[in-house]
Amino acid sequence: MKVVLQNLTKIFPSRNKKSDEEVVAVNDFNFTIPDGKLVGLLGPSGCGKSTTLYMISGLQKPTAGKIFFGDDDVTELTTEKRGVGLVFQNYALYPHMTVKQNILFPLQNLKGADKLTKEEMQEKAYLAAKLVQIDGLMDRKPSELSGGQQQRVAIARALVKMPRVLLLDEPLSNLDARLRLQTREEIRRIQKATGITTVFVTHDQEEAMSISDIIVVMKLGVIQQIGAPQDVYDDPTNLFVAKFLGTPPINVFNGTVKGNKLYIGEDAVLDVPGVADQEVVVGIRPEGFILDENGPFHCHLRSVEVMGRDVSIVSENEASVNPIIRSIINADNKVDANAETVRYAIKPHKIFIFNKQTEERIHFEVK
Amino acid sequence: MVDSKQQWKAWLYLSPAIVLLLVFTVWPIINTVRMALLENYNGMTAVSGAHFDVGFANFATVINYPQFLNCLKTTAILCVATVPLSTFLALVIAVALNSIRPLQRTLQTIFFLPYVTNSIAIGMVFAAMFNIVGNLFGTENELIVTAGIVNNVIQLFGGEPVNWINAGSTYWANMTVLIIYIVWNALPFKILILLGGLQSINKQYYDAAKVDGTSRRRIFAKITVPLLSPMLAYVIITGFIGGFKEYSSIVGIFGDNMGPAGDAGRLNTIVGFIYKALETNKLGRASAAALILFGIIFVVTMINMQVSKKRVHY
Repeated sequence: MKVVLQNLTKIFPSRNKKSDEEVVAVNDFNFTIPDGKLVGLLGPSGCGKSTTLYMISGLQKPTAGKIFFGDDDVTELTTEKRGVGLVFQNYALYPHMTVKQNILFPLQNLKGADKLTKEEMQEKAYLAAKLVQIDGLMDRKPSELSGGQQQRVAIARALVKMPRVLLLDEPLSNLDARLRLQTREEIRRIQKATGITTVFVTHDQEEAMSISDIIVVMKLGVIQQIGAPQDVYDDPTNLFVAKFLGTPPINVFNGTVKGNKLYIGEDAVLDVPGVADQEVVVGIRPEGFILDENGPFHCHLRSVEVMGRDVSIVSENEASVNPIIRSIINADNKVDANAETVRYAIKPHKIFIFNKQTEERIHFEVK
Repeated sequence: MVDSKQQWKAWLYLSPAIVLLLVFTVWPIINTVRMALLENYNGMTAVSGAHFDVGFANFATVINYPQFLNCLKTTAILCVATVPLSTFLALVIAVALNSIRPLQRTLQTIFFLPYVTNSIAIGMVFAAMFNIVGNLFGTENELIVTAGIVNNVIQLFGGEPVNWINAGSTYWANMTVLIIYIVWNALPFKILILLGGLQSINKQYYDAAKVDGTSRRRIFAKITVPLLSPMLAYVIITGFIGGFKEYSSIVGIFGDNMGPAGDAGRLNTIVGFIYKALETNKLGRASAAALILFGIIFVVTMINMQVSKKRVHY
């Protein structure tokens, strides 16, 4: 089921009566989620990603704009009529019911023509449980399950009615690191197996990048960029997106463009044909550095961290916005940890320049 | 763990509470048992150094006393009638209060007022409301026929006035008034506890239920009530305990005759019985009755706990 968000806007009235400052949680959202895709809404807290999810679910009403499931306008439909499955951040499993009762619960609500017999319900519940691999835990109470198992039960409960759209609110935030890796693969697998259009919300870029077909990067209620994870990473539209994606994060410098050359401090690090002379912000991905004795970019070496396959070099530069610069290079390169300076060449497709004021990307021709 | 050198400090800090508990709780309990086991123990003769045999004569007297059985019956009826009724009403009111935004505070206060009002005063107001012939008022023997507001309302709708509480009224008419009074009086505390419980239920359960298209009735029966069950159990258990100790409500409405004029003692309860026994210096009998009451409350509470173990979720 394709989901279309059209001029979707949510404005929350001010909390205290004294100021009439409104909070625009979601600002004029236009976005089509293709059928059967896994979409990650990504952004820092307060960017409106959960609000967007809850508007799709119907639990929150948009202030303006429309939501379509396929060709149906569902904007005015109540949540139960939309046919969505929602997995809450804290799972919201009913603590007094067993796993089985939790999964059966949505089915028992069905009325009229949709009403199922007891046998059909049992069968569907078992199918859903099998899909998320908890069919052996049916008689346990949620409190007797681990976080990961509870998560699976919540997904089974959301899936059992075969919703048109599956929504997940911060699905991995309550799990420990190891389980998180496992569960995100699991979500991917389940989504592939069912083919249900799935939207999930996260503030963790790694999580979003690793499993999404499409990521939507948001900031303060405004969409910053939409695209396949790799495309967004390789081609960010602005400084925010560049900074938000990637671990370790992108290194940011103050720079100048003069005579088609990009300067960071005194060093002319790159030719940037076609860019007018101006002050710019420069972003270099950690993997964008090449260790080069004759490289144009000079940094003060601080430390070398060996990570096995890679080496992480921590250095300093006066023009850097952050206190340290972190580069990641192949461990085949031998680095003298006692050296004063380290010199780099820069991979042109790993360096981005941004307008100093608008922080929008300035494109240049990569030779 | 407090290490042993520091233990005296702990005891020191606890001592005021311990002393008070020993004097006002532990000793009275021991003394009650002692007095109950001394046959025909009587305050007056005890002072003059009389000797009492040890035995169960006090218990036998109490149990064979027709008045006591009557008290037991009245108390039991009040308990069985008021606890479920007040719990159910409190649940409905708490859910309603919880679901409204405007006026919630105001209504909460109004519902809580009976709790802070003197129960004797409320009893007297109830007595006035359920009156049928008004009071002997003004000049001597002048009968002013001003039926209480309840009978006025009944007449307004074309019904016959009922003799609720006055001379010649029936036992069940009296009990009806008492039940209404006790239920109304018990509501505030129960509403408060249940409302607190409702407000601590995670809203996400309701959101989850909504997404799944659960009807309001089903949400109430399958989510609200089970999640509220610990509070419901608490309210029911304390309700029964309070019910078995019922006394002041009857004094409030009927005065310390414990019944309508001409039928003194008809509405007496166990606590009333104990009180009467104390008044007439029959300390042994009062103690025995108190222990019997304790036993009853203990058994009922145990039954409650057993039932709630099966019913109270998590």
